[in-house]
Amino acid sequence: MSDPRYDVYDAGLIGEGMHEPPVLPAGLRRAPSGVDGLRTEHLVINMGPQHPSTHGVLRMLVEADGEEVVTAEASIGYLHRGIEKVAEHRRYDALGTLMDRGDYVSGIMGELAAALATEQLLEVEVPRKAHWLRSLASELNRIASHLVWYGTFGLDTGAMGQFLYAMRDREALLDILEAISGQRMMFNYVRPGGVVRDLPAGIDAKIRAFVDTFENVYLPEHHALLGGNEIFQSRVKGIGVITREQALAFGLTGPNLRASGVRYDVRVDRPYAAYPELEFDVPVGTAGDAWDRYVVRMEEMRQAARMIRQLVDGMPEGPHMAKVPKVLRPPAGEVYAAVESSRGETGVHLVSDGSERPYRFHYRAPSLFALQALEEILPGHLIADVVMIIGSTDVMMGEIDR
Amino acid sequence: MSPVIASVLKVLACLALMLANGVVMIWMLRKVLGHLHLRYGPLEMGPSGIFQTTMDVLKLLTKEDVMPRAADKALFWLAPLVVFVPSLAAYAALPFSSSVRAVRLDAGLLYTFTALSFVPLGILIAGWASGNKWSLLGGMRAAGQQIAYEVPLLLSVLPIVMLTGTADLGRIVEAQSGVWAGFVPRWFIFDPLLLPTFAVFLIAALIESNQTPFDMSEAESELVSGFATEYSAMKFGLLFLSEFSNHFIISALAVTLFFGGWTLPWVPQSVSAALAPVTFLLKTYVGIFVMMWIRGTYPRVRIDTLMELGWKRLIPVSLVLVVVMGVVIKALPALARVVG
Repeated sequence: MSDPRYDVYDAGLIGEGMHEPPVLPAGLRRAPSGVDGLRTEHLVINMGPQHPSTHGVLRMLVEADGEEVVTAEASIGYLHRGIEKVAEHRRYDALGTLMDRGDYVSGIMGELAAALATEQLLEVEVPRKAHWLRSLASELNRIASHLVWYGTFGLDTGAMGQFLYAMRDREALLDILEAISGQRMMFNYVRPGGVVRDLPAGIDAKIRAFVDTFENVYLPEHHALLGGNEIFQSRVKGIGVITREQALAFGLTGPNLRASGVRYDVRVDRPYAAYPELEFDVPVGTAGDAWDRYVVRMEEMRQAARMIRQLVDGMPEGPHMAKVPKVLRPPAGEVYAAVESSRGETGVHLVSDGSERPYRFHYRAPSLFALQALEEILPGHLIADVVMIIGSTDVMMGEIDR
Repeated sequence: MSPVIASVLKVLACLALMLANGVVMIWMLRKVLGHLHLRYGPLEMGPSGIFQTTMDVLKLLTKEDVMPRAADKALFWLAPLVVFVPSLAAYAALPFSSSVRAVRLDAGLLYTFTALSFVPLGILIAGWASGNKWSLLGGMRAAGQQIAYEVPLLLSVLPIVMLTGTADLGRIVEAQSGVWAGFVPRWFIFDPLLLPTFAVFLIAALIESNQTPFDMSEAESELVSGFATEYSAMKFGLLFLSEFSNHFIISALAVTLFFGGWTLPWVPQSVSAALAPVTFLLKTYVGIFVMMWIRGTYPRVRIDTLMELGWKRLIPVSLVLVVVMGVVIKALPALARVVG
């Protein structure tokens, strides 16, 4: 490459002889290259930020030998909005709206993390009904979020149909969430002390109807359309294996960790909201490949539907909001609160100096950990697999570039 | 009429058919996928969505025609033509009826495949000339794919050539007229010996026409539309017009080889002869519908799986099928008479 526009690569950052070929995961073989007398050259390609599989603003700097990945480097910062810094200039009740814009596909759970942290600082007792409402909204949002993942994952394989089917189901969920919270995406529903309002009349019938259709029609349809397809299975099985040890070392949480065989779920291990009172199973994978991540998420949707049914049936009476002052001034202190969002452990670390604004706000985003794992597991795969592996980890750039 | 004018008219007729097919197929694609995908636009743009094609073409015509700075200018212009010309040429030997066709070629089958095999060359040029690494990968894939699948595609039609003793598409169709046992059409698809041949043909043909689940050189989610990334406006339109026409040709070939071409079973000769071109077109569009149906449902395979399938499965299988057909024809002429 003598073109001056590629100077950055000629400068020795990336190029011939810079990288030793990595050790391949079991089951993958390398195409012969650099045969005697033949000069071969690695191809450096920018996967993203415009690439359809990078879902917006991720940039993967991929060094490829033909179509095989030699190194992959994630480059982030195209979306940076400084949520953490902005939060330190806002009052405590505005943290939820900022969290909404982090993981914008499952906003409720981010709000809940911020609310839980604030409540711990304030030492407020949240009414039982608020707990149940929070869990209900969380689980509805979890299905909606997994549907977006399912749809885009299918798009990554080149299947267009199921994406639009997933959007159809998500539409129904967003209608319900809109009725509950008043907004379709930036919910601002969970506030310190409870939730912003009670369930509207007649919504429980709607939710029940949705859950019935979802379990009996939509979910089997999704399984038949994508999961049951042999081409799809051949694309995901054995691809992007993250071992148990790797997953723990990278700090993965959520479905990505559980697919690798670790049974860790914040809802079970450090329960919050109404989860201690609910009956549900935590699906766990064995191989840690893309297929396991698919199966775990699909099963999580079924479990979420199961929880929603329990939550609607057993919804307690009472207030939905505790008595909290208009301007929150928690005493000085330091807390960490976490929820199981649809991507893993979403945590909020708050430091208070006794004023009405947090002294320090830190947001633990599960996607960031999944993204750093990518650099390790991508080499040795084909470009087509890169697309699948990024899709299977369900990274959400909104919470990475926070 | 002088032969020159006659030939020019024939070329123009093929061109007209190709353009008309483009219009029909855009509309059909949008409608079929619209129904399969629960999309609203294509179903509501005018009565039954008939204005969708107009809108799509208008959009293509009004788009800015961009050429990347790193592109190889001459080749960048040439590529759509290299794709376009062979797919126009491939119409020449298609028999729409016993009399309606551009030329009667004794090697019509081979001619059509030869013409089609130039298409990936155009794609390779497009990929190379775009000055874009994704496009380059797409072009390389197209070349690899073509080499891997030309062989099984040709081998898969050999049994038919052996059975009918001709490579003239018209005579292959004539061999399929009539019925077996009083009611089963004599189409080759109903021949137990040729059924596996059809399976090989179908897979190889889908790959050759760059159709989902084997649209490797385009692969919009992996290669950002591969060879077509840098093409916009009508150059893109031209590429896709050729792609649509390739789908038509492949489907027409399948109809000719396996589904009895213009013949209709259970209908008097006079009626079916009068309806021949219509029958042929209808059958072809049913085939195109099936291709769109697959496209609307299936994910894409991986390039190495595709290559493995071609070299390790389809080529051996089609070689075996050729041998079996040879044995049947030479050693068991009686059986061949029953089956063929």
